[in-house]
Amino acid sequence: MAYFGYIFASYLATAVALLGLIGWVVFDLRGRRADLAELEARGVRRRSAAAAEDR
Amino acid sequence: MSESSLSVTRVGDLANPTRFIAFVGRVLPVLAGVTALLFAVGLVMSFLAPEDYQQGATIRIMFVHVPAAWLSMMCYTVMTASAIGTLVWRHPLADVSARAAAPIGAIFTVLALLTGSLWGKPMWGTWWVWDARLTSVFVLLLMYLGLIALNRAMDDPSKSARVSAILILVGFINIPIIKFSVDWWNTLHQPASVVRLDGPTIHASMLYPLLVMALAFTVLFFTLHMAAMRNEILRRRVAALRRQAARGR
Repeated sequence: MAYFGYIFASYLATAVALLGLIGWVVFDLRGRRADLAELEARGVRRRSAAAAEDR
Repeated sequence: MSESSLSVTRVGDLANPTRFIAFVGRVLPVLAGVTALLFAVGLVMSFLAPEDYQQGATIRIMFVHVPAAWLSMMCYTVMTASAIGTLVWRHPLADVSARAAAPIGAIFTVLALLTGSLWGKPMWGTWWVWDARLTSVFVLLLMYLGLIALNRAMDDPSKSARVSAILILVGFINIPIIKFSVDWWNTLHQPASVVRLDGPTIHASMLYPLLVMALAFTVLFFTLHMAAMRNEILRRRVAALRRQAARGR
Protein backbone atom coordinates (compact mmCIF):
# COMPACT_ATOMS: atom_id res chain seq x y z
CA MET A 1 0.00 0.00 0.00
CA ALA A 2 1.31 3.44 -0.92
CA TYR A 3 2.03 5.77 1.96
CA PHE A 4 1.89 2.82 4.39
CA GLY A 5 4.46 4.41 6.72
CA TYR A 6 2.47 7.64 7.11
CA ILE A 7 -0.79 5.78 7.71
CA PHE A 8 0.81 3.34 10.17
CA ALA A 9 2.49 6.19 12.06
CA SER A 10 -0.82 8.08 12.29
CA TYR A 11 -2.72 5.11 13.73
CA LEU A 12 0.17 4.20 16.03
CA ALA A 13 0.33 7.77 17.37
CA THR A 14 -3.43 7.75 17.89
CA ALA A 15 -3.32 4.42 19.72
CA VAL A 16 -0.42 5.53 21.94
CA ALA A 17 -2.11 8.86 22.76
CA LEU A 18 -5.54 7.41 23.52
CA LEU A 19 -4.21 4.43 25.48
CA GLY A 20 -1.94 6.86 27.32
CA LEU A 21 -4.97 8.95 28.32
CA ILE A 22 -6.83 5.83 29.48
CA GLY A 23 -3.76 4.72 31.47
CA TRP A 24 -3.46 8.19 33.01
CA VAL A 25 -7.03 8.20 34.37
CA VAL A 26 -6.77 4.58 35.60
CA PHE A 27 -3.45 5.05 37.42
CA ASP A 28 -4.50 8.44 38.76
CA LEU A 29 -7.62 6.84 40.25
CA ARG A 30 -5.53 4.09 41.87
CA GLY A 31 -3.17 6.71 43.31
CA ARG A 32 -5.98 8.82 44.79
CA ARG A 33 -7.71 5.76 46.26
CA ALA A 34 -4.41 4.67 47.80
CA ASP A 35 -3.99 8.17 49.29
CA LEU A 36 -7.49 8.04 50.79
CA ALA A 37 -6.93 4.54 52.18
CA GLU A 38 -3.65 5.66 53.74
CA LEU A 39 -5.35 8.67 55.37
CA GLU A 40 -8.20 6.48 56.61
CA ALA A 41 -5.69 4.03 58.10
CA ARG A 42 -4.18 6.97 60.01
CA GLY A 43 -7.64 7.80 61.33
CA VAL A 44 -8.08 10.90 59.18
CA ARG A 45 -11.63 10.82 57.87
CA ARG A 46 -14.05 13.27 56.30
CA ARG A 47 -16.17 14.97 58.93
CA SER A 48 -19.36 14.01 57.09
CA ALA A 49 -18.33 10.33 57.04
CA ALA A 50 -17.37 10.38 60.72
CA ALA A 51 -20.64 12.11 61.68
CA ALA A 52 -22.69 9.58 59.69
CA GLU A 53 -20.98 6.74 61.54
CA ASP A 54 -21.53 8.38 64.96
CA ARG A 55 -25.29 8.58 64.33
CA MET B 1 -23.28 5.37 53.73
CA SER B 2 -21.26 3.98 50.83
CA GLU B 3 -20.82 6.01 47.65
CA SER B 4 -22.27 3.23 45.52
CA SER B 5 -25.53 3.32 47.50
CA LEU B 6 -26.21 6.95 46.63
CA SER B 7 -28.87 7.36 44.01
CA VAL B 8 -29.18 10.16 41.49
CA THR B 9 -32.83 10.96 40.87
CA ARG B 10 -32.46 14.45 39.38
CA VAL B 11 -29.78 16.05 37.21
CA GLY B 12 -29.32 18.60 40.01
CA ASP B 13 -28.19 15.79 42.32
CA LEU B 14 -25.01 15.54 40.26
CA ALA B 15 -23.91 18.89 41.71
CA ASN B 16 -23.10 16.91 44.86
CA PRO B 17 -19.56 15.53 44.35
CA THR B 18 -20.27 12.33 46.31
CA ARG B 19 -23.38 11.61 44.24
CA PHE B 20 -21.43 12.48 41.08
CA ILE B 21 -18.74 9.91 41.98
CA ALA B 22 -21.44 7.28 42.55
CA PHE B 23 -23.04 8.19 39.19
CA VAL B 24 -19.68 7.94 37.38
CA GLY B 25 -19.08 4.52 38.92
CA ARG B 26 -22.33 3.29 37.40
CA VAL B 27 -22.18 4.85 33.90
CA LEU B 28 -18.45 4.48 33.20
CA PRO B 29 -18.50 0.73 32.40
CA VAL B 30 -21.39 1.30 29.96
CA LEU B 31 -19.63 4.24 28.28
CA ALA B 32 -16.37 2.26 28.06
CA GLY B 33 -18.19 -0.61 26.36
CA VAL B 34 -19.92 1.70 23.88
CA THR B 35 -16.58 3.40 23.13
CA ALA B 36 -14.84 0.07 22.43
CA LEU B 37 -17.69 -1.05 20.17
CA LEU B 38 -17.70 2.22 18.22
CA PHE B 39 -13.91 2.09 17.75
CA ALA B 40 -14.10 -1.52 16.55
CA VAL B 41 -16.81 -0.69 13.99
CA GLY B 42 -15.15 2.60 13.01
CA LEU B 43 -11.72 1.01 12.44
CA VAL B 44 -13.17 -1.78 10.30
CA MET B 45 -15.12 0.79 8.24
CA SER B 46 -12.01 3.00 7.95
CA PHE B 47 -9.91 0.21 6.43
CA LEU B 48 -12.72 -1.04 4.17
CA ALA B 49 -13.36 2.45 2.78
CA PRO B 50 -12.20 2.97 -0.81
CA GLU B 51 -9.08 5.00 -1.55
CA ASP B 52 -9.64 8.60 -2.59
CA TYR B 53 -8.98 9.40 -6.27
CA GLN B 54 -6.61 12.23 -5.30
CA GLN B 55 -5.34 11.37 -1.80
CA GLY B 56 -5.09 7.63 -2.36
CA ALA B 57 -4.72 5.58 0.82
CA THR B 58 -3.85 8.65 2.91
CA ILE B 59 -7.61 9.24 3.21
CA ARG B 60 -7.35 6.73 6.08
CA ILE B 61 -5.35 9.31 8.06
CA MET B 62 -8.42 11.58 7.85
CA PHE B 63 -10.42 9.05 9.89
CA VAL B 64 -8.26 9.80 12.93
CA HIS B 65 -7.09 13.33 12.11
CA VAL B 66 -10.50 14.94 11.63
CA PRO B 67 -12.11 13.49 14.81
CA ALA B 68 -9.02 14.51 16.85
CA ALA B 69 -9.27 18.05 15.45
CA TRP B 70 -13.00 18.26 16.17
CA LEU B 71 -12.50 16.97 19.71
CA SER B 72 -9.69 19.45 20.35
CA MET B 73 -12.23 22.23 19.73
CA MET B 74 -15.16 20.51 21.44
CA CYS B 75 -13.08 19.94 24.57
CA TYR B 76 -12.27 23.65 24.75
CA THR B 77 -15.98 24.43 24.27
CA VAL B 78 -16.81 22.14 27.22
CA MET B 79 -14.16 23.98 29.24
CA THR B 80 -15.77 27.30 28.26
CA ALA B 81 -19.20 26.11 29.45
CA SER B 82 -17.51 24.99 32.68
CA ALA B 83 -15.83 28.40 33.03
CA ILE B 84 -19.25 30.07 32.73
CA GLY B 85 -20.50 27.66 35.40
CA THR B 86 -17.62 28.73 37.66
CA LEU B 87 -18.03 32.47 37.15
CA VAL B 88 -21.82 32.79 36.96
CA TRP B 89 -23.30 29.96 39.03
CA ARG B 90 -20.24 28.97 41.09
CA HIS B 91 -21.24 25.39 40.40
CA PRO B 92 -19.21 23.04 42.66
CA LEU B 93 -18.20 20.79 39.77
CA ALA B 94 -17.61 23.47 37.11
CA ASP B 95 -13.94 24.08 37.94
CA VAL B 96 -13.43 20.33 38.43
CA SER B 97 -14.78 19.84 34.89
CA ALA B 98 -12.51 22.50 33.36
CA ARG B 99 -9.41 21.18 35.12
CA ALA B 100 -10.14 17.58 34.16
CA ALA B 101 -10.75 18.47 30.51
CA ALA B 102 -7.53 20.45 29.89
CA PRO B 103 -5.04 17.54 29.62
CA ILE B 104 -7.50 15.56 27.48
CA GLY B 105 -7.95 18.53 25.13
CA ALA B 106 -4.18 19.01 24.93
CA ILE B 107 -3.67 15.39 23.86
CA PHE B 108 -6.40 15.61 21.20
CA THR B 109 -4.78 18.80 19.89
CA VAL B 110 -1.32 17.20 19.75
CA LEU B 111 -2.90 14.27 17.91
CA ALA B 112 -4.63 16.58 15.41
CA LEU B 113 -1.34 18.40 14.71
CA LEU B 114 0.70 15.20 14.49
CA THR B 115 -1.65 13.26 12.21
CA GLY B 116 -2.20 16.39 10.11
CA SER B 117 1.54 16.64 9.67
CA LEU B 118 1.76 12.96 8.73
CA TRP B 119 -0.91 13.58 6.08
CA GLY B 120 0.62 16.88 4.95
CA LYS B 121 4.05 15.48 4.10
CA PRO B 122 2.89 13.09 1.34
CA MET B 123 0.02 15.32 0.13
CA TRP B 124 1.43 18.85 0.44
CA GLY B 125 5.10 17.95 0.33
CA THR B 126 5.75 19.53 3.72
CA TRP B 127 5.30 18.61 7.38
CA TRP B 128 4.22 22.08 8.42
CA VAL B 129 3.22 25.50 7.12
CA TRP B 130 2.35 28.56 9.17
CA ASP B 131 -1.05 28.97 7.54
CA ALA B 132 -4.05 30.28 9.47
CA ARG B 133 -5.61 26.87 10.29
CA LEU B 134 -2.41 25.19 11.47
CA THR B 135 -1.25 28.25 13.37
CA SER B 136 -4.59 28.75 15.15
CA VAL B 137 -4.63 25.07 16.21
CA PHE B 138 -1.06 25.46 17.46
CA VAL B 139 -2.25 28.49 19.49
CA LEU B 140 -5.01 26.25 20.92
CA LEU B 141 -2.33 23.79 22.08
CA LEU B 142 -0.41 26.63 23.74
CA MET B 143 -3.60 27.71 25.52
CA TYR B 144 -4.20 24.20 26.84
CA LEU B 145 -0.60 23.98 28.07
CA GLY B 146 -0.86 27.43 29.67
CA LEU B 147 -4.04 26.46 31.52
CA ILE B 148 -2.50 23.19 32.73
CA ALA B 149 0.56 25.12 33.95
CA LEU B 150 -1.66 27.67 35.72
CA ASN B 151 -3.65 24.95 37.46
CA ARG B 152 -0.46 23.25 38.63
CA ALA B 153 1.14 26.50 39.75
CA MET B 154 -1.67 27.31 42.20
CA ASP B 155 -2.19 24.68 44.89
CA ASP B 156 -5.53 25.97 46.14
CA PRO B 157 -8.21 25.28 43.47
CA SER B 158 -10.56 27.87 44.98
CA LYS B 159 -7.99 30.58 44.18
CA SER B 160 -7.11 29.40 40.68
CA ALA B 161 -10.70 28.65 39.60
CA ARG B 162 -11.72 32.22 38.76
CA VAL B 163 -8.41 33.16 37.11
CA SER B 164 -8.50 29.97 35.08
CA ALA B 165 -12.16 30.52 34.10
CA ILE B 166 -11.45 34.06 32.87
CA LEU B 167 -8.49 32.84 30.80
CA ILE B 168 -10.60 30.04 29.30
CA LEU B 169 -13.32 32.53 28.32
CA VAL B 170 -10.79 34.89 26.71
CA GLY B 171 -9.20 31.98 24.86
CA PHE B 172 -12.54 30.85 23.42
CA ILE B 173 -12.16 33.56 20.76
CA ASN B 174 -9.70 31.15 19.08
CA ILE B 175 -12.38 28.48 18.45
CA PRO B 176 -14.35 30.36 15.74
CA ILE B 177 -10.99 31.54 14.35
CA ILE B 178 -9.92 27.89 13.93
CA LYS B 179 -13.27 26.93 12.39
CA PHE B 180 -13.48 29.82 9.91
CA SER B 181 -9.74 30.36 9.28
CA VAL B 182 -9.98 28.36 6.05
CA ASP B 183 -12.76 30.71 4.83
CA TRP B 184 -11.34 34.01 6.07
CA TRP B 185 -7.77 33.54 4.80
CA ASN B 186 -5.97 31.82 1.95
CA THR B 187 -4.73 28.60 3.52
CA LEU B 188 -2.94 25.51 2.31
CA HIS B 189 -5.36 23.58 4.52
CA GLN B 190 -8.48 22.69 2.55
CA PRO B 191 -11.86 24.27 3.43
CA ALA B 192 -14.51 22.42 5.47
CA SER B 193 -15.91 19.37 3.69
CA VAL B 194 -18.26 17.89 6.31
CA VAL B 195 -19.81 20.68 8.42
CA ARG B 196 -21.03 22.99 5.64
CA LEU B 197 -24.28 24.85 5.04
CA ASP B 198 -24.71 23.09 1.69
CA GLY B 199 -24.01 19.64 3.16
CA PRO B 200 -20.93 17.39 3.14
CA THR B 201 -18.86 17.16 -0.04
CA ILE B 202 -17.39 13.76 0.86
CA HIS B 203 -18.72 10.60 -0.75
CA ALA B 204 -20.84 8.48 1.60
CA SER B 205 -18.31 5.61 1.44
CA MET B 206 -15.80 7.87 3.24
CA LEU B 207 -18.24 10.03 5.18
CA TYR B 208 -19.78 7.18 7.22
CA PRO B 209 -16.46 5.77 8.53
CA LEU B 210 -15.47 9.33 9.43
CA LEU B 211 -18.72 9.94 11.32
CA VAL B 212 -18.49 6.62 13.21
CA MET B 213 -14.88 7.41 14.20
CA ALA B 214 -15.95 10.93 15.23
CA LEU B 215 -18.68 9.42 17.42
CA ALA B 216 -16.16 6.96 18.91
CA PHE B 217 -13.77 9.83 19.73
CA THR B 218 -16.66 11.85 21.23
CA VAL B 219 -17.89 9.04 23.51
CA LEU B 220 -14.27 8.35 24.50
CA PHE B 221 -13.86 12.01 25.39
CA PHE B 222 -16.92 12.01 27.66
CA THR B 223 -15.79 8.72 29.25
CA LEU B 224 -12.32 10.09 29.95
CA HIS B 225 -13.69 13.43 31.10
CA MET B 226 -16.03 11.86 33.65
CA ALA B 227 -13.25 9.57 34.90
CA ALA B 228 -10.83 12.52 35.16
CA MET B 229 -13.47 14.57 37.02
CA ARG B 230 -13.86 11.77 39.55
CA ASN B 231 -10.08 11.73 40.01
CA GLU B 232 -10.00 15.50 40.48
CA ILE B 233 -12.73 15.32 43.15
CA LEU B 234 -10.75 12.61 44.97
CA ARG B 235 -7.53 14.67 44.64
CA ARG B 236 -9.28 17.63 46.32
CA ARG B 237 -10.68 15.31 48.99
CA VAL B 238 -7.14 14.01 49.72
CA ALA B 239 -5.80 17.57 49.91
CA ALA B 240 -8.61 18.62 52.29
CA LEU B 241 -8.00 15.59 54.53
CA ARG B 242 -4.26 16.31 54.62
CA ARG B 243 -4.99 19.88 55.67
CA GLN B 244 -7.40 18.54 58.30
CA ALA B 245 -4.71 16.13 59.56
CA ALA B 246 -2.13 18.93 59.65
CA ARG B 247 -4.44 21.00 61.83
CA GLY B 248 -4.57 18.02 64.19
CA ARG B 249 -8.34 17.39 63.94
